[in-house]
Amino acid sequence: MAEARTIRFRLNGEAVSAHVGAHENLVEVLAGQFGLGGARESCGQGLCGCCTVLVDGRAVSGCLYLAAFADGAEVTTVEHAAPGEGLDAVQEAFVEAGAFQCGFCTPGFVLMTRQLLAEHPDPDEDEIRHYLSGNLCRCAAYPEIIEAVKLAAKKRRMQPRTKEER
Amino acid sequence: MKRASTPTETPQVGRAIPRLESWQKVTGRAEYVHNLRLPGMLYGKIFRSTVPHGRIKRIDVTAAQAVGGVYRVVTADDIRSIVPEPYYGPAFHDQPILAIDKVRYVGEPVAVVLASDPHVAEEAAHLIVAEYEALPAVYDEIEAMTSKAIVHDELKPAGTFPDLKHMKGRKNTNVALDYHLRRGDAAQALAGADRVFEHTFRTQQVMHTPLEPLVSVAESREESLTIHTASQSPSFVRIELARLLGWPENRIRVRAPFLGGGFGAKLYIKLEALVAVLSLLTRRPVKVSLTMEEQFFTITKHATTFRIRSGVGRDGRITARECEVWWNGGAYADIGPRVTQKSGFTAPGPYDIEHVAIDSYALYTNLPPAGALRGFGIPQLVWAYESHTDMIARELKMDPLAFRRKNLLRDGRPQATGTLMQDAALGKVLDRIETLMDWERPFERGAGPVRRGRGIAIGFKACVAPTTSVAMVTLNADGSCIVYCGTVDMGQGSDTAMAQIAGEVLRLPAESVTVVHSDTDTTPYDMATLGSRSLFHMGNAVRLAAEDARTKLRALATEAGLPPDGDTPIGDVFRKRYGMQAGNVIGTASFIPSYTPPDYATGLTPNATPFWMVGGSGAEVEVDTETGHVRIARLVNVADVGTPINPKIVATQISGASIMQLGFTMFEKMEFDAGQLRNASLAEYKIPGLHDLPREMVTEAVDAEQRTGPFGAKGVGESGTFGVSPAIANAIEDAVGVRLTALPLKAEAVYRALRAAQNEPLGDD
Repeated sequence: MAEARTIRFRLNGEAVSAHVGAHENLVEVLAGQFGLGGARESCGQGLCGCCTVLVDGRAVSGCLYLAAFADGAEVTTVEHAAPGEGLDAVQEAFVEAGAFQCGFCTPGFVLMTRQLLAEHPDPDEDEIRHYLSGNLCRCAAYPEIIEAVKLAAKKRRMQPRTKEER
Repeated sequence: MKRASTPTETPQVGRAIPRLESWQKVTGRAEYVHNLRLPGMLYGKIFRSTVPHGRIKRIDVTAAQAVGGVYRVVTADDIRSIVPEPYYGPAFHDQPILAIDKVRYVGEPVAVVLASDPHVAEEAAHLIVAEYEALPAVYDEIEAMTSKAIVHDELKPAGTFPDLKHMKGRKNTNVALDYHLRRGDAAQALAGADRVFEHTFRTQQVMHTPLEPLVSVAESREESLTIHTASQSPSFVRIELARLLGWPENRIRVRAPFLGGGFGAKLYIKLEALVAVLSLLTRRPVKVSLTMEEQFFTITKHATTFRIRSGVGRDGRITARECEVWWNGGAYADIGPRVTQKSGFTAPGPYDIEHVAIDSYALYTNLPPAGALRGFGIPQLVWAYESHTDMIARELKMDPLAFRRKNLLRDGRPQATGTLMQDAALGKVLDRIETLMDWERPFERGAGPVRRGRGIAIGFKACVAPTTSVAMVTLNADGSCIVYCGTVDMGQGSDTAMAQIAGEVLRLPAESVTVVHSDTDTTPYDMATLGSRSLFHMGNAVRLAAEDARTKLRALATEAGLPPDGDTPIGDVFRKRYGMQAGNVIGTASFIPSYTPPDYATGLTPNATPFWMVGGSGAEVEVDTETGHVRIARLVNVADVGTPINPKIVATQISGASIMQLGFTMFEKMEFDAGQLRNASLAEYKIPGLHDLPREMVTEAVDAEQRTGPFGAKGVGESGTFGVSPAIANAIEDAVGVRLTALPLKAEAVYRALRAAQNEPLGDD
């Protein structure tokens, strides 16, 4: 095993540091050292989207993203901002549309949907299918996910912008 | 958000409320064993067989043991120091915890490396060397009937099922179960039939692919074991571990939080016996978490061959049907023999046929084991009989829908086993498909290279019997309610449904009810979460337990000198009776429907199932004749689910099941080369994504009632799978005139068939 090093980064808005092996991916470090279980390694190949996390605002596959590269970055997971605050428009829409069954893939879909809506505030169905095609849901709640994204877009248009754009 | 337990007059059954655990799931906080880490935990990494069938000559673990950080390497000898006879399985005790003497498929677990760092365990596992003496292997289910390659030297039925007892000690066979049904005289009726049709259909081996891969954690203490496991059957795990260890059940605790998908993969024993023994050997918590790749070597869906012959009269009535089904069970029986029988008896389809013969065989082969996958064998059967039915209608120049309607089993008529059809809305489902497909309207068939077609299919299923569910419903002194039931919520929404049922009885908002997850120290026995049985069985148990709690509450009110009319607020009853906020009432109930096992010789029984499930599909497809590419323009799925407890969750179950089946229909296939799996990863084994979603989907539950179900409901998890595959194949023939008889319906297969139809067949590669 290659030698470990200390990295410093911001995790969900908080300055943190971690001792990571060169081979360790971001999901392992988030789960092992910070107790964050929302990003989950499933296919291990960056194909299913269950391990999605945001690094400097961009969605990455945490199972392929070496933790060492997060040094100095801003890392955001699905756990960000939930306690105390309510759900955001995307999360509310996923609940209302029933856009999940087992829930294992849901954090990845939530994060990708936030990024989609940040880029395309009013996506059509083709854009939704294209943008989220890298996220898999074996329960296949896909019709409900499309509905949830449309609903979230509507909610965001109707809400005043929050202080922190996610 | 928990609501206050304020009594409500609003009916709770029929409300389309969001799942109770919604907040946990959208914030990433839902509990899965996947995320569990315990202090001092060791990770186990499995070393697997590289040959399909062989005698183990030598296992050399010295290099692995020498890797820094390796705690221990374990082989079958170590397992036997704890469990002398380490063979498990629900139907046969045929599967060793780690391979003993022989390996029977590529990927079979042979040894385990334990380390505190999973990467160390993985690296060390690569350094294990095993030598095998190759044995002849068999892969095909038909060849397995007569092959000289014998997978198991001797059959070892578990003793659980009476119809397997005669298999005990049998040698020189790969047949793990043969089920036969004889109703009337099919051979004679076929000989006298006006027209006879015979076709053979095949399905491929596929995998459940839950996104939370199989995972179990064991913690041993002095004289007890706790197993945290992503399991659909915690009660079975406890009973089977108790048997293996020779312990009483109460020393073993099995708990299952949420599952990241199951679909039948997480049933019976999978990793639980392994982690239990590893923890007993090391006295440390042990976790074994499979990779996506390893799931392909653990449990799969049966490949099948189905030969079906029908005799049809001049009037378009099917008079006789012979069904021969061969189920490729892989190297270990798992629940395959149950699939062979319990689904086997529906092989003639939902038709009223006077003369029926069924022969259904479970076969051992040298492939990864096959078990239950969302439908328990039914989708394989419907694929065959509904393709066959369509082919007959075409030959007879009858409308395929009219031909089905003419032959459909009506309520009150006997199914092949002799069991009467009851509360099975076959006619309604067919009617709704007709309407939703706009069947009477002329259909636009396209022009040029892209041709359009449409097809329908309908299937049915019997619920597995006999099985038991036990539930407890408690009322606290403030009037709040807790449901204790062993049903595992793997995404089907059972927590929410059980809360709605308890809330309905006790007049409480479902959102205020707490449902305790399966934990064998706390929740009573439940056979398993499988085969769409939970809503019916556990739903009835919860309903009865809630009624018991209500009765006891009224008795408490009487004791307290209050009117027993149920109008006094619950909290007041407790305060009056106990002088403060104290006490409980505990309602309990056990539910097991009646059942009559089939006669061994004839396969007949007057009571095969507690209820029937019905599912049908209609598909509109566009076929590109230049490439063979098939696009699903519209997919209609209709099911009889009785009266939905939660219409929103029911709709998601139906459409989700149909999309999963779409994957098995259009592209999913485990590709083998001499027993070696070539595509064990999501990079090479594609499952449906958003781009595979049909352009338009219509989902409907017909207006129906299961009179014996809780508030008229019955199971829904599988019905959406039944009709999808044959509806699409039927639509393809409708579009371009070629018939595919093997799944999946890949563009290449369509294109080959098109070329063959033009007398310009393509070469083999």
